[in-house]
Amino acid sequence: MSATLATVSYIGATILFILSLGGLSNPETSRRGNLYGIIGMTIAVLATVFGPQVTPTGYAWIVGAMVVGAAIGLYAARIVKMTQMPELVALMHSLVGIAAVFIGFANYIDPAATSQFKGAEKTIHELEIYIGVLIGAVTFSGSVIAFGKLSGKIGGKPVLLPARHWINLIGLLVVIYFGGVFINTHSVAEGMTPLIVMTVIALLFGIHMVMAIGGADMPVVISMLNSYSGWAAAATGFMLNNNLLIVTGALVGSSGAILSYIMCRAMNRHFIAVIAGGFGTGEGAPAAAGVQPAGEVSPILAPETAELLRGAKNVIIVPGYGMAVAQAQHSVYEITKFLRDKGVNVRFGIHPVAGRMPGHMNVLLAEAKVPYDIVLEMDELNGDFPDTDVSMVIGANDIVNPAAQDDPTSPIAGMPVLEVWKAKTSIVMKRSMASGYAGVDNPLFYKENNRMLFGEAKKTLDEVMVALKAA
Amino acid sequence: MPQVIGVPKETAADEKRLATVPEVVEKLIKLGFKVAVQSGAGDAANFSDDTYRAAGAEIVEGAAKLWAQSDIVFKVRGPSAEEVALMRQGGTLVSFIWPAQNPELMKSLAAKKATVLAIDSLPRMLSRAQKMDALTSMAGISGYRAVIEAANAFGRFFAGQVTAAGKIPPAKVFVAGAGVAGLAAIGTAVGLGAIARANDTRSEVADQVKSMGGEFVKVDYEEEGSGGGGYAKVMSEGFQKAQREMYAKQAKEVDIIITTALIPGKPAPRLITADMVKSMNPGSVIVDMAAEQGGNCELTEPGKAVVKHGVTIIGYTDLPSRLAKQSSTLYATNLFRLTEELCKTKDGVINVNMDDDAIRGLTVIKEGNITWPPPAPKLPAAPPAAAAKPAAAPPAPKAAHGHGGASAPASAKSAAIIFLVGAALFWFIGANAPAEFLAHFTVFVLACFVGYMVIWNVTPALHTPLMSVTNAISSIIAIGALVQVAPPLAGGGERPEVWIIGLAVVSIALVAINMFGGFAVTQRMLEMFRK
Repeated sequence: MSATLATVSYIGATILFILSLGGLSNPETSRRGNLYGIIGMTIAVLATVFGPQVTPTGYAWIVGAMVVGAAIGLYAARIVKMTQMPELVALMHSLVGIAAVFIGFANYIDPAATSQFKGAEKTIHELEIYIGVLIGAVTFSGSVIAFGKLSGKIGGKPVLLPARHWINLIGLLVVIYFGGVFINTHSVAEGMTPLIVMTVIALLFGIHMVMAIGGADMPVVISMLNSYSGWAAAATGFMLNNNLLIVTGALVGSSGAILSYIMCRAMNRHFIAVIAGGFGTGEGAPAAAGVQPAGEVSPILAPETAELLRGAKNVIIVPGYGMAVAQAQHSVYEITKFLRDKGVNVRFGIHPVAGRMPGHMNVLLAEAKVPYDIVLEMDELNGDFPDTDVSMVIGANDIVNPAAQDDPTSPIAGMPVLEVWKAKTSIVMKRSMASGYAGVDNPLFYKENNRMLFGEAKKTLDEVMVALKAA
Repeated sequence: MPQVIGVPKETAADEKRLATVPEVVEKLIKLGFKVAVQSGAGDAANFSDDTYRAAGAEIVEGAAKLWAQSDIVFKVRGPSAEEVALMRQGGTLVSFIWPAQNPELMKSLAAKKATVLAIDSLPRMLSRAQKMDALTSMAGISGYRAVIEAANAFGRFFAGQVTAAGKIPPAKVFVAGAGVAGLAAIGTAVGLGAIARANDTRSEVADQVKSMGGEFVKVDYEEEGSGGGGYAKVMSEGFQKAQREMYAKQAKEVDIIITTALIPGKPAPRLITADMVKSMNPGSVIVDMAAEQGGNCELTEPGKAVVKHGVTIIGYTDLPSRLAKQSSTLYATNLFRLTEELCKTKDGVINVNMDDDAIRGLTVIKEGNITWPPPAPKLPAAPPAAAAKPAAAPPAPKAAHGHGGASAPASAKSAAIIFLVGAALFWFIGANAPAEFLAHFTVFVLACFVGYMVIWNVTPALHTPLMSVTNAISSIIAIGALVQVAPPLAGGGERPEVWIIGLAVVSIALVAINMFGGFAVTQRMLEMFRK
């Protein structure tokens, strides 16, 4: 395959990738979108392998590596539970990151790849290697920590080192300094030291950054790492003079950046504040802020819940991370189906940051066969709560906290929330009275029209289902 | 030893209600109490002695005997002097009292060492107290009855009709004061087919008026009339002038005016002047529900219906009593709910728990000590919340959905800074970078914009698949590794083959996991999305 043909193939692949992302604008077209992505990837890989830059001696290596990787990847994709999607995605981001690091190193030590550069071109090229490795390393270690946090292998609470902002700043200065050293070196052996030092710092920085971020901010972190993996690919593209990599990397990078932005806005927080880590940075213990809500909590049992649901015309269910943890989505669907068959208008209200990654709840509900046209966004149904008979909150807390609107001193003040308390009755399913990730007490629980249904979500929902069927 | 709840016949003239009904008697007995009802107490409300007896109550002849044997007395109206005299030392009384207006009554009850729960002193802002709120249930009945009285005195249909004999326009009803009674009046008038309008100094009730099918008429003057606790306050001079003009205008237009305006502890505001009455169409009707507190209309005569300037002015003060069966039932239920709160143990003995906000508010005399007025409840936290709301609302101006311009418009200053930084950066790159880099840079920047445009169109429901598909696509980085495995070597030069191939092959394998796994898992997810 000639060089021009390879380039044309790359353009074709680029277009297919754009179409692939465009296809996701609607569930109807999304499957076709994924198919475009697969075709694009196939074209790109084949055009490269049979293109002018790979000689047949490498085929064996390539096929071997591909087969191994494909086997692992397909296996993982088959066995992963939908509740574990955030972990899987985080892990996959780390792979892109580490690959960027490896490719950067390999490119640097390859005299064939660097010999043609002179003067400013050489400087730029080395800078590209340096930045590519930097982003790759941060992506890698950050994603590994995110994976650990999401899968519960590492505690979800933010780990805040003293003077962490200074540590980050010093790290950055060191990286810049070694960058200067790096581009002024004359041989590969000389350049290795600054490159390795920088990689280590970048890895530590990635760990430190994600360790400092609390569980509830994970949607932001995941989308940010998604963005980084794209930028890593784009940096690699610069390094290798490969437009396909640049374009694709930029697409992925901006996609992740937009998702991070959407997630931050859904929490009414600044991106910088999330990344800087911790909650309520610098304001002392967050739980101390705000007025302790007064009043009593009214508990309720499964049979009474069933009674309420049976008597309702409009029901809105608000799922949160608790539903994912308890794997309760199928039980939720059973109840939904039963009520819908009885003519009850059941809908789902999804807060943008419900769960641990963007769109997490939608995927879980889709897995449980809940039709996507009754799964609505916060803005689509927030106005409907006053006409709702029963709103049911399953394992969510901060996203339904009225303090965000009523209490300007609350750490989550100004965050858009689902106004479940405006329904005639709201039922909150919770394991205990513990506060949410933000550490904020929730006045909703003390509202007159609120009932608490304590217990493990799946078990309790099954009891509700039994009670529903019994009558 | 269960306590006896006694229900005497009401002694006030024309009072047809009484404080319990047979249905509620059964429930009270279930709480452990004994119930005694004076013979003939329910006659005027169409409840016979037999029905009470069937429900388990003891029928007692004569008020004196009943008062003597009752530990707790349920009444509607506050007791007369004779009744206080009949009352047992240290007994308990539940009824309307109006402690502010009746200091003498309070004193005489205190002298009897009584415990008195004034149902009118219930802290209404406690939502837990709503089930006991007799003022609300009575006001609702009054509002209904006011419209019925008006319809009775009004010479036309309420509903507009087109008949063979010609077109009949619908009656126009104006309700002054949209409290519980006003809202009930609006609902009833609309139900009869009239056009209902309403005004209230508290602007927050506008939505409630609309929800009842009425139309809210605004006074053309800015002032908020909420006086705390859900009641209205006295308004400023300027407001009152604007309000009078509005009423004068309404008086000329409408057929029926129902006034319900009351300010706690003050005489009823004079809203309808004699001139306004004169300006109304002959045959129009005014129902003045504030007649007992002096009336909202200058010409009202409390307790009577009079015709002045061709307008019937109804000033009945016994509207709930005119619906005795209904109001007795609701009042009895309110008292039953109160009894439940007083007797949580269900053993037939009440416990006046002064730590309970609702009970504390109700109790105006405790064992002979006057405990009225109660300390101010801390509850009405609504105004600060309302003030906080506008501040909180703007951050969600159409989140997560729009196209392109959805990024919040930054302030001009920060936009200028970003623009300048961007310009400086571009200048720096343009001045220093080689041509080939610039070509790549162009592609990069344009691709960022394409990504930006495409991603904003992605529906939030598909954000997880989006992430996994972008993740799969980012394994395009494999190409970087592929070209390193076995490049065509142009000429000579030592190449650390082992290291390069090792790194590249490992990278390919890792990225392949991503590539295949990512697409596969996306496919799996997308297949789950169904209608």
